[in-house]
Amino acid sequence: MPEIASRQHLVVLNPLIEGALRQAGVKLHDLNAIAVAHGPGLVGALLVGVATAKALAYAARLPLIAVNHLQAHLYANHLCGFDIKYPAVILVVSGGHTELLYSEEPGSITLLGHTRDDAAGEAFDKVARALELGYPGGPIIDSLAEKGNPAAIDFPRALMNEEGRFDFSFSGLKTAVINHLYHARRQGHQYVIADVVASFQEALVDALVEKTVSAAKAHKAATVLIAGGVAANSRLRFKLKERLGHDLPYAGLYVPPLELCTDNAAMIAAAAYPLYRQGRYASLDLNAYPGLGMGDL
Amino acid sequence: MTAEYNTMRQAEAFLTTRTEQETAHAGYMFGRVIGVPTVIALEGELGAGKTVFVRGAARGLAVDKHITSPTFVLLKIYSGRLPLYHFDFYRLSAPEESPELDFDEYLPGGGAAFVEWPERLPELLPAEKVVIRLERFYDDRGEGRRILLTPHGADASLLVDRFIESITWRTDGTLNMPQAGEA
Repeated sequence: MPEIASRQHLVVLNPLIEGALRQAGVKLHDLNAIAVAHGPGLVGALLVGVATAKALAYAARLPLIAVNHLQAHLYANHLCGFDIKYPAVILVVSGGHTELLYSEEPGSITLLGHTRDDAAGEAFDKVARALELGYPGGPIIDSLAEKGNPAAIDFPRALMNEEGRFDFSFSGLKTAVINHLYHARRQGHQYVIADVVASFQEALVDALVEKTVSAAKAHKAATVLIAGGVAANSRLRFKLKERLGHDLPYAGLYVPPLELCTDNAAMIAAAAYPLYRQGRYASLDLNAYPGLGMGDL
Repeated sequence: MTAEYNTMRQAEAFLTTRTEQETAHAGYMFGRVIGVPTVIALEGELGAGKTVFVRGAARGLAVDKHITSPTFVLLKIYSGRLPLYHFDFYRLSAPEESPELDFDEYLPGGGAAFVEWPERLPELLPAEKVVIRLERFYDDRGEGRRILLTPHGADASLLVDRFIESITWRTDGTLNMPQAGEA
């Protein structure tokens, strides 16, 4: 065991494992393998998970499987029993990630583009903070924006026509919202918070939708998948469906149910399954990789 | 456009920038003069340009990867002329959350540690450091940033000195950015 360990994770983890086994009605020895996310993420939390998984695998003499947390988000879709046709374009959007991926066939993933600064979910959180709306910002802004006018303020859609056309940038949008609030307050103008957040959300969603759809067109995708916490955003779901229906009517759009959009253990197990079938086991000296990239195993 | 230099106290200094490119350039020049492991506390509101400054500093440290926000993962590590540790304490509040994160290994460590939102966990920072505060301001010429540098310790003072000496301005008041083409 590494000496550095997240106390909170340690406190929570063992009862959680016991509870999961009890609920599933199985014993440790009934399992086929132990899977663990070894990156990317917070090093302390990853280390606790990796150490626990290694101990369980060793004790129960089960194969250990290392899963990339980001890739696992895609398997949230498999868990729903979707029949995914390839090639597929995948948008992973969360508090820590905004990545556009291409999968030509099951098991292969390449990175098309990613955020150059802030992640989409991070932009939601930071704008919510600037408006003192609370945390996490995504769901709060999503529901508040329903009452606002998305065309009230023309916030910038960054990197819409540039080289690196599948990259994102949300830092400038965040700053534009803060500037807008500053000027409105200084000049004593009234502003409607619902309009501000609706316009912000519209700019952010437009960038996500535009790039996802153009990537899908460029790669003749049969399927478009979205994953990650921001995939729960109602405006993103609505506009992506609308644009795809218009531009690529034959492509299927898969959006996992809300509870599988956010981080969860089921998707780690789902991602481990093909690795288990292929016998791609990790050794018991597995380490945590906080900076693991999307394409890394 | 202006650099001021208070020789009475320990080399406290400030400069102003008018664009994101100028802020990144200031970071670049700062990164270039970092020669020994250093802790840099970066203060400033949301959107003040902290990450922009670090992005420039990364170039100055010959980091070839593009810097992205560390807010979610708390720490990103890049290799360059010196290692660059990019921290964000934004999501942290309680000191008891931090020991398990093993941050003291880098504060200071063998490289340049840039800490955004240091005010969340000031006790994690060593006494010897450079505090850089980015302040947004608006005047008749529009928006700008005031970058205040306060060194704590002899190495930090030397670093701030070398940084200010390296900055030059054009006659129109904009930062002289000969490296801008690399940005």
